[in-house]
Amino acid sequence: MSPLLAQSRPFPDWEWIQRNGDIVLEQGVQHVQLTVAAVAIGFLIAFPLALLASRRRRLAGPVLQVTGVLFTIPSLALFVGLVPLTGLSTTTALIPLTLYTLLILVRNTIAGLDSVPSEVVEAARAMGFREAALLRSVELPLALPVIIAGVRIATVTTIGLVTVTALIGQGGWGQIILSGFQRQNLTPTLVGFLLSVVLAVTLDLLLVALERRLSPWSRKAAR
Amino acid sequence: MISFEHVTKRYPDGTVAVDDLSFEVDEGEILVLVGPSGCGKTTSMRMINRMVEPSSGTIRVDGRDVTTLDPADLRRGIGYVIQQIGLFPHRSVADNIATVPRLLDWDADRIDARVNELVDTVGLTPAMQSRYPHQLSGGQRQRVGVARALAADPPVLLMDEPFGAVDPIVRTRLQAEFLSLQEQVRKTIVFVTHDIDEAIAMGDRIAILAEGGVLQQLDSPTEILARPANAFVEEFLGAERELRRLALIPVSEVAADRGPVVRPGDTPAQAATAARAAGTDWVAIVGQDGTVHGWCDLADVTGPVDPAAARPFAATVRAHDTLRAALDVLVASPNGVAVRVGPSGSYEGLVTRELVTGALS
Repeated sequence: MSPLLAQSRPFPDWEWIQRNGDIVLEQGVQHVQLTVAAVAIGFLIAFPLALLASRRRRLAGPVLQVTGVLFTIPSLALFVGLVPLTGLSTTTALIPLTLYTLLILVRNTIAGLDSVPSEVVEAARAMGFREAALLRSVELPLALPVIIAGVRIATVTTIGLVTVTALIGQGGWGQIILSGFQRQNLTPTLVGFLLSVVLAVTLDLLLVALERRLSPWSRKAAR
Repeated sequence: MISFEHVTKRYPDGTVAVDDLSFEVDEGEILVLVGPSGCGKTTSMRMINRMVEPSSGTIRVDGRDVTTLDPADLRRGIGYVIQQIGLFPHRSVADNIATVPRLLDWDADRIDARVNELVDTVGLTPAMQSRYPHQLSGGQRQRVGVARALAADPPVLLMDEPFGAVDPIVRTRLQAEFLSLQEQVRKTIVFVTHDIDEAIAMGDRIAILAEGGVLQQLDSPTEILARPANAFVEEFLGAERELRRLALIPVSEVAADRGPVVRPGDTPAQAATAARAAGTDWVAIVGQDGTVHGWCDLADVTGPVDPAAARPFAATVRAHDTLRAALDVLVASPNGVAVRVGPSGSYEGLVTRELVTGALS
């Protein structure tokens, strides 16, 4: 039997689950923290960029190109490449995780702002909205469903990517997946994998609920 | 109230959209800007609230040069209705109507009262206030658009093809409703359309523009139809110019013929005299109280005139009908006349083709 598939422990390994409950929880907290921090920081960077790109159309191309190039860097290379600079720290995990959210968040925020009907913006201006009020009370509420759709994709993608950061000593449930692999025990690997999926689905549903709450009008429109 | 003084709009690529335009819009009138596409009518309108800036010339609203005013402040004092309406899809009907009062920081009670009043004014039901725009029909949305434009009671309204997105039947009704609303509110209105019939129906005066934003004629609908200034205007008015003129004149403007009137019980000799005087071979039987009974052939009057033998008139018109409608009735009338009937069915005389066409000369 190949060493990769060799099992040192029975499956399912109930004993491992009992012994490591605390660690699973601890790693879960880190998993959530890394995900939320990466998406939140990513959004804080992406939003002004997207706003700028949608206001100054000429900048849209360059902004999307730069974030697009960032997205193509292999994640493993980026994580490992940062280790000499920032060590085996949370920062080393957070920088690439954040960079990877940018393309999705910028693109969807621009698409969201573009989806606001031009006659609505025209009517708002003609009624005497100034730029800031126009953005706050008209454009953002109407762009929100598309922007949140971007946040959902970014969140789910990041949850998957966090597991890779186990290779630089971070990783949340990625640690458990990795240790199961190293110790030839299928149970931790499967637990880490399943919990990641559950987390992704849960956060996604929470974001859907948030969107419905913030855009009651679009739900009625869909009917 | 609004004046254009040598206003020109030239785009950076050299295209001239509006060329040396000068005119005034009087307080309380509807001035219609009409012309083919590319005539600069919308551009001209949009320069009034600074959605477009003129290249040269001056536009004044209430005596003040608009370029000296803050655009947002200026626009809050000018109602604006466009064809696509541009209602806020994320806001209820009430919130849409309340837009400008909120921008002007009215207090909540005053806003509520104003919204309730306007919902009623434009013919919506109170229950619609909490609906979202997509839950309304095209005509209802248009009404909300008008209510929203009127919300802060601005003295000036700009309307760009406001009834263009609804079907012809609803459009005609909205036009009529808007005109009767205008009777009450007396706004100064600049109304843009490409449809000459709408221009004639809505305008106190009409400005006809040609491609490149050149003013061809500015006058009342009646004057423009009677005396087109040049070949362009004549062509723009189309083939049915005389019919359109007739559409502006009510039946009450022309004096109806007396007609071959006989009373119940009149003798055949009296009937013959009446018919001969009117040049007809039939008589109209009218009761002592003025009620129309109908008509019968003179040849059939062999004894005292009997109302029971009268045949009803197929062609009738009323004083407020237009001469165009009267002509339509006359074309279908077998004996070439229509009876003008009063409000209670009383006989007011006969309208003939000669009378109708005579009104045009």
